[in-house]
Amino acid sequence: MTADSSHLRLKTCICTAIVVFSNAFGDFFMKRGLPDTTRLSTPLEYVTMLFQPWVTLGVVLLVVWQLSRMALLSWADLSYVLPVTSVGYVLVALIGWVFLHESISATRWAGIVLIMAGVALVSSGSAPSTVPRKEARP
Amino acid sequence: MKWLLVLLMVAATTVGEVLQAAGMRRHGEIHDFRPGAISRAIALLARNRFVIGSVIAMAVSFFAFMKLLSMTDLSFAVPVSAVTYVMETVLAKYVLKERVNALRWAGATLVVCGVTLVSL
Repeated sequence: MTADSSHLRLKTCICTAIVVFSNAFGDFFMKRGLPDTTRLSTPLEYVTMLFQPWVTLGVVLLVVWQLSRMALLSWADLSYVLPVTSVGYVLVALIGWVFLHESISATRWAGIVLIMAGVALVSSGSAPSTVPRKEARP
Repeated sequence: MKWLLVLLMVAATTVGEVLQAAGMRRHGEIHDFRPGAISRAIALLARNRFVIGSVIAMAVSFFAFMKLLSMTDLSFAVPVSAVTYVMETVLAKYVLKERVNALRWAGATLVVCGVTLVSL
């Protein structure tokens, strides 16, 4: 019993880390491949841009993100997943600051923290649980 | 221009998620996770109109995100995409007629305030 629950906790921790990091680094590699000078106007330019190595890497990580998130949601509640993964907003900002040398003002940091808190609160509302609980329904 | 892209991205994500939920509900719960059963489910879902619509909406949202990223900072594009939660809360209340409690409205309000600060 305790071995089972500690195994589940470990599985949840690892999967949550994969969800958060694949999302943040997926976004980072996308931005790395799409600098401010990128020309995107015709549909063809969008499609060819997908084959730019950084963008491809970003897309692969975003696919990993979606799959790992679906896997995590198959056993964990959305009201756990949403608040925990909202840390990703701060992580993405840190990545932008450190690796892309974006200048982030104090106001923007405050905004990012508010967004993280807001997303965490949204899930505490009527978000449905992925595991139906019979006793919770009158 | 960048706010138009944010609007397009958020609207497409929200529409995509609602269609996906509707499509999956029509399909019914997936119990069998063996490769054969999974591929049969995918073949069925590929003909489901809601699922097709959701894939198109998600693609629109992805390309809007690409365009937005190519124009703005990473630390702008990613936080503002959280407006999706506000749209979903409003939609849950007025379209899906779900009960939305005070905490969830507070969360949506915090997201709006946060996005405003990020864009200053």
